[in-house]
Amino acid sequence: MESEYIIELKNISKYFGTTCALKTVDLSIRNGEFITLLGPSGCGKTTILRLISGFEQPSGGNVHIGGELVNNVPPEKRHVNTVFQNYALFPHMNVFDNVAFGLKMQKMPKSEIKEKVMQMLSIVGLQDLAGRKPGELSGGQQQRVAIARAVVNNPLVLLLDEPFSALDFKLRKHMQLEIKHLQRRLGITFVFVTHDQEEALAMSDRVVVMNQGSIEQIGSPVEIYEEPSNMFVAQFVGDINVLKGEILETITSDLPDSNHAYRAEVEGQIFSVHSDRKFEKGDKINILLRPEDLKLEEEHLGQSPFLAGEIIETVYKGATVDIAIRLDTGLELIAAEFFNEDDEDIDYTPGERVAVTWINGWEVVLLDEDA
Amino acid sequence: MARKSQTLGWLYSFMVYVFMYLPIVVVIIFSFNKGRFAIWTGFDLKWYKLMFANKEIINAALNSLFLAVSASTLATIFGSIMALVLTRYRFIGRRILNGGVYLLTISPDIVMGISLLIIFILIQIPLGFTTLLISHVVLCTPFVVVTLMGRIQKLDEDLVAAARDLGASEVQAFVQVVFPLLLPAIAAGWLLSFTLSMDDVLISFFVQGSGFEILPLRIYSMVKLGVKPDINALSTIMFVGTVILVLAAQFLLKTRRN
Repeated sequence: MESEYIIELKNISKYFGTTCALKTVDLSIRNGEFITLLGPSGCGKTTILRLISGFEQPSGGNVHIGGELVNNVPPEKRHVNTVFQNYALFPHMNVFDNVAFGLKMQKMPKSEIKEKVMQMLSIVGLQDLAGRKPGELSGGQQQRVAIARAVVNNPLVLLLDEPFSALDFKLRKHMQLEIKHLQRRLGITFVFVTHDQEEALAMSDRVVVMNQGSIEQIGSPVEIYEEPSNMFVAQFVGDINVLKGEILETITSDLPDSNHAYRAEVEGQIFSVHSDRKFEKGDKINILLRPEDLKLEEEHLGQSPFLAGEIIETVYKGATVDIAIRLDTGLELIAAEFFNEDDEDIDYTPGERVAVTWINGWEVVLLDEDA
Repeated sequence: MARKSQTLGWLYSFMVYVFMYLPIVVVIIFSFNKGRFAIWTGFDLKWYKLMFANKEIINAALNSLFLAVSASTLATIFGSIMALVLTRYRFIGRRILNGGVYLLTISPDIVMGISLLIIFILIQIPLGFTTLLISHVVLCTPFVVVTLMGRIQKLDEDLVAAARDLGASEVQAFVQVVFPLLLPAIAAGWLLSFTLSMDDVLISFFVQGSGFEILPLRIYSMVKLGVKPDINALSTIMFVGTVILVLAAQFLLKTRRN
């Protein structure tokens, strides 16, 4: 029976001596998807990669590749290939021989190797550099050789271990797009490891956010960004404002999608908040708001509640303007607005009084675990 | 002021080099001298002809060559394996072994010569080619280990991982990736061993015995009867040969360092 999943990690744990690198992780990777393991260094993302490639064996649990249990299968017998962080190109071989290495190990006939390697090199745009040694190539070219060397073996899964960390910003952006296109074109499953949240959001079909040997959340980039399931994910991925509050009572939702609504005290004011989660009266909560979800208005005496504060400073960032605000409760917030030369509303001066609100229903409400 | 001290510094370095190289230069010059004594009487190659006609010298030179090739080849094999073991595996006592290797490279030759002689007497190996070979292997192996360890430590561990990831077994990864990358260092280790073995006097003096005479000791016994210009000729050839080999070793270590 063909499984929908090309890789399944079931109940995986990994200890190095007494240090726990992974604690009971379950992860299923779909055939053909671009999945990213995202987390700070030491979170276990590279360990997962090495468990899949076969350079580490799990302390507990099972690794399945293509439906087969591979716990004791050595790296050379697994149909996965890796693009290493520093590329690990063979310095004594030219580009052609580097790319041909895997096929030679499979004992493929020479003529076939030549055909496949040249085809692969033209895909990554290096057909003219086949005779060069890795030392004679630029960083971006070396990166392409490393990808070609892995992909030419037609692996079930391609593993990429922070492959852009050695590239400068511009080249990095360029290679991100290039890899994304390559993945679409080849239809191979990519498992990508990075600590750069922007890179993860830009490239992936699904993102796995990890912390301290555990998976914190798995979801599409939009889900991860818009609906973080806990404080770690919220704060690791992008900028976010955290407001403190308390549930006062459950009310009927005034929004079309049938989630729960509550009346809550937020930073001293009474707001109605919405969430998929169920809360009880008296629960301490965190209200999470992305900078672009905040609205700034002049202070008013209307019916609707707002948080009063004053501008600390504005930071011009080209397309957007970041505005730092200090609420009267002392909490500092960051709001982001699109820069518009004709819109004088965002021409704030430090010390100016403002009313902070947000678009109803865009808030994420989490139980405050520290309270 | 700065100019003055610069001149002084230059003069000082120059004097040091003169002090170190003058003897060698004198030997080389007088190996081409027509006359027998240390007075220049004209250019002549007769001492070279005389030397090459000397059966004892040629025989000793061939013996030395054979010994040096055998000893450095064995030392390179042992030393390479040792270096791989010391860098690739973690085991108890590794650091002691590691330090022991460096200790051997600086331990006085005279101590090594005497201790080897005592051992050969103890286990009753007759002195001759065998004892010379064993001693030279002992002399050279630590240098091979040290040369190679430096190179192995610079080798990216991910290269082996990459080879295995691409379907190479551990043996294939070694043959296809590790060995070719270490080859220059292995060759350099061999050349270094060769020069060490070729001009060793002290250790050889203790363990030579009779029947297998080697060049350095042949020269030593010739000098006892007074220095003849044919020894100058021989020394010149040895000096030039050694310089070429050491330069070759340095060249091999420097290339392919991408």
